[in-house]
Amino acid sequence: MPKDHGIGASPKRREDIRFLSGTGNYTDDMNVNGQAYVHFLRSDVAHGRIKSINLDAASAMPGVVKIFTGADFEGVGGIPCGWEITDKHGNAMQEPAHPVLAQGKVRYVGDQIAAVVAETLEQARDAAEAIDVDIEELPAVVDMAGALVDGSTKVHDDLTSNLCYDWGFVEENKPAVEAAFADAAHVTTLELRNNRLIANPMEPRVAIGDFERASGNSTLFTTSQNPHVIRLLMGAFVLGIPEHKLRVVAPDVGGGFGTKIFHYAEEAFCTFAAKALNRAVKWTSTRSEAFISDAHGRDHVTTIQLALDADNNFTAVRTDTMANMGAYLSTFAPSVPTWLHGTLMAGNYKTPLVYVNVKAVFTNTVPVDAYRGAGRPEATYQLERVIDKAALELGLDPIALRRQNFITEFPYATPVAVEYDTGDYHATMDVLEKMADLSGFEARRKASEARGMLRGIGINCYIEACGIAPSNLVGQLGARAGLYESATVRVNATGGLVVMTGSHSHGQGHETAFPQVIAEMIGIDESMVEIEHGDTDKAPMGMGTYGSRSLAVGGSAMVRATEKIIAKTKKIAAHLMEAAEADIELKDGTFSVAGTDKSVAWGDVTLAAYVPHNYPLEDIEPGLEETAFYDPANFTYPSGAYACEVEVDPDTGKVTIEAFNAADDFGNVVNPMIVDGQVHGGIGQGIGQALLENAAYDENGQLLSASYMDYAMPRASDLPFYGVDHSCQTPCTHNPLGVKGCGEAGAIGSPPAVVNAVVNALRSGGHDIHHIDMPVSPSRVWQAMNG
Amino acid sequence: MYNFEFEKPSSIADAVAALGDEEATALSGGQTLLPTMKQRLASPTKVVSLLGISEMQGICTGDDGALCIGGATSHADVAAGASAYPGLAALAGGIGDPAVRARGTVGGSLANNDPAACYPAGALASGATIVTNAREIAADDYFQGMFTTALDESEIITEVRFPVPQASNYQKFEQPASRFALVGVFVAKYADGVRVAVTGASEEGVHRWTAAEEALSANFSADAVPAAPGADGMIADLHGTAAYRAHLVAVLTKRAVAAAS
Repeated sequence: MPKDHGIGASPKRREDIRFLSGTGNYTDDMNVNGQAYVHFLRSDVAHGRIKSINLDAASAMPGVVKIFTGADFEGVGGIPCGWEITDKHGNAMQEPAHPVLAQGKVRYVGDQIAAVVAETLEQARDAAEAIDVDIEELPAVVDMAGALVDGSTKVHDDLTSNLCYDWGFVEENKPAVEAAFADAAHVTTLELRNNRLIANPMEPRVAIGDFERASGNSTLFTTSQNPHVIRLLMGAFVLGIPEHKLRVVAPDVGGGFGTKIFHYAEEAFCTFAAKALNRAVKWTSTRSEAFISDAHGRDHVTTIQLALDADNNFTAVRTDTMANMGAYLSTFAPSVPTWLHGTLMAGNYKTPLVYVNVKAVFTNTVPVDAYRGAGRPEATYQLERVIDKAALELGLDPIALRRQNFITEFPYATPVAVEYDTGDYHATMDVLEKMADLSGFEARRKASEARGMLRGIGINCYIEACGIAPSNLVGQLGARAGLYESATVRVNATGGLVVMTGSHSHGQGHETAFPQVIAEMIGIDESMVEIEHGDTDKAPMGMGTYGSRSLAVGGSAMVRATEKIIAKTKKIAAHLMEAAEADIELKDGTFSVAGTDKSVAWGDVTLAAYVPHNYPLEDIEPGLEETAFYDPANFTYPSGAYACEVEVDPDTGKVTIEAFNAADDFGNVVNPMIVDGQVHGGIGQGIGQALLENAAYDENGQLLSASYMDYAMPRASDLPFYGVDHSCQTPCTHNPLGVKGCGEAGAIGSPPAVVNAVVNALRSGGHDIHHIDMPVSPSRVWQAMNG
Repeated sequence: MYNFEFEKPSSIADAVAALGDEEATALSGGQTLLPTMKQRLASPTKVVSLLGISEMQGICTGDDGALCIGGATSHADVAAGASAYPGLAALAGGIGDPAVRARGTVGGSLANNDPAACYPAGALASGATIVTNAREIAADDYFQGMFTTALDESEIITEVRFPVPQASNYQKFEQPASRFALVGVFVAKYADGVRVAVTGASEEGVHRWTAAEEALSANFSADAVPAAPGADGMIADLHGTAAYRAHLVAVLTKRAVAAAS
């Protein structure tokens, strides 16, 4: 009998009532009295020198309040980067200036040249068209290999080259890795590209800057996954506003997927302009603007090699990657191809030696940063693809080859600096083999072939590091921030709770899942717990939501704060019942004295805390509010095994997903329905990457897929009904809930399964194919089949 | 979007008069024009809606048995009401999504002549007659390349007459992003021969595949479809090479013939 409340139950999401009835409060729903509107004039060339900007005609246009250019931001800080990478020679990465508005040069199509503030949005757009900008177009740097050639045009004239960093990991392992490859019985090599993606959250980005002259306080309303981080980055590094004079509010946010983590120039502009103009300034991105101003994701070009001994044991992995940074360093961009990628290159396998080289490259393209999974999908994809290729070359069963090399003992210290605390990779594979009905595959293949179709199956494993992460560790790795989480639990006099969390919900269902945890701890109804988030004036300093960290880190902070509440209420209850504190038990919302029939209700105790007539005032303070900051001891390591079954139409190359099954180990699960939804969404995005999505530039740096006419988003009709299972549960050993993150797993684990399946299908049709780059579009499949 | 004047006349004559102004443009379902205006890529000073003209709405059968569709009839209405010409009804029912089909019209689609639109293939393969306020234009004379037609300025498609074939079928292979036709092939078998029209593939826009027409007129079977046409002049872009599109022309023609047989 499944639980109907508390941890493990699946109550319907309470926030969906407002989301589904159109009564959410998104940033664009908000308006401030007297607000003006800003429209950004964006570069339509990828690379050019700004020779002049003439504002005369535009400034005289109706409704124009003021037009800002880079000159207005001299002396103002630039958009900061939140992570510094040290290269393999021990040098800091090259870090270019990132102005709020372009200064001297434009560096990608979409780079903001000027900002027109006007009474209405249409007036701002009209005036922007009247700005006379003279740009001397320069050759665009688009191709990463070309960008690294000596003498290439430089994206940033003041840097020595287009190389941001050349990172080696673990550099000391390199000679041993080389030796292992020299001694290998077999080496499999695979070259691949991890396609560039655009997150496309349903809600485009919005920013409203506001300024109150009487107090001198600034407020930014923004579509952010982490308002406190924006407050810190923008306040301290860009605008010089201390935290106590700056409030950042991220209300309902309609999807983030990583691209709303980062601090963007538009946020800084609106906050700056509101103060300069003494009136609120609002910006709402159009969908077209989002394509060329939201940070993109992925875009790696990789060569991976796997060394095996004569018994098919993996002996070493070696990878070389070029990672596109785009024109500027977005907030966490440098960390994605390095620490979030290199540390996962051991995968689920006991490969003793790993060496990862990453060259991060500046190009005249939109900045690239974290997108759902961030580094871990890139690691998983190349590793799980090269293993499949090795199995093909050696004539081995791909599942058996994986099982033979699984890590089976935990904790396990990988050769790439992380320690997996728990896992059971055979168990998830066992479940998957049943879910995916592997024994029935040959019959299904024959049925497909009878209809003239090729059928293939692809299997892979994944492991990821999430619940990001111990502050001291990430600090050593170059993070310029801590990565704890905060929670304040406020118990009201009549017993209801408000929990203010530093985690941010932009679709994850926190308002439903978090109360399940707290209600279970106290033994009260979930309806007595309310979650507040997204406002730096309400919640204590928090780090926000990304890296599948909300429950593992933010939930743990709530548990710690609630434990403090329970400890205090027990003291009060002991006083009320004239019993020893050690004898007090709390169960089902009632305090009792062990071995007696004495009891007192939760509400009586909370009332006593605020009406302390009969109260141990000499020992404890009145009131009932506790805060905890939780800094985890380690990442959490969800893992799983995925299977994809496809049909390929040999006449057209079209791939259809016939089945997709996912067996995940997320440790303990609080709300299985929400976890299912997270896995569904992740797989949907993974299938989108594998089959459809492709942000492509031409040689002039023009984005070819700059709208939904050419950027293919997955639709319901492209996706199957998923099989999802999370019954394999090896609880995380170091957080109080025993939970691991589930938000990114689907996007990490699914692309290799799809491509493995397509390759399997094509080979069954007699095509000697080892690889097709994503997106595996009909034309690419046809091309592969027809040379 | 820039400001513009808006008129919604109730007769063809009034519409023609309203369109006499320079920089005026006709608005039918608006599935292309309105997004273009919203992106400020079009700036008509006057927009004349054709949706208030009742004589341009609806479907009937002409004296010669042709299916006559009012120029402002929506795709959804054709999908539901053109049962006399199932191949054409299916084409209309496969355009875009329900919202697009509720607004988009046959006259609007043919006047725009997007190289990847469905209706041009249906009209050309049917040897349809494009009826305007001024004249009747044979489909073979009407389509003149991408976004180019025989229409004069301010000329309005009031009706399209589709001779009903003995058998027909439209096969569309969707471009993965836009879901327009990456390639679309309409095959229509008439007593006096087979017509095959191809959309999506060519830089010249919709066109007839005469080699296939000759072969299929002699033997209406999928096996009779000739080898793929040459790739010269085929569109090459992010979604497919010229050779891939040429290949799809033959694949889809075979499928259309098989489905129509």
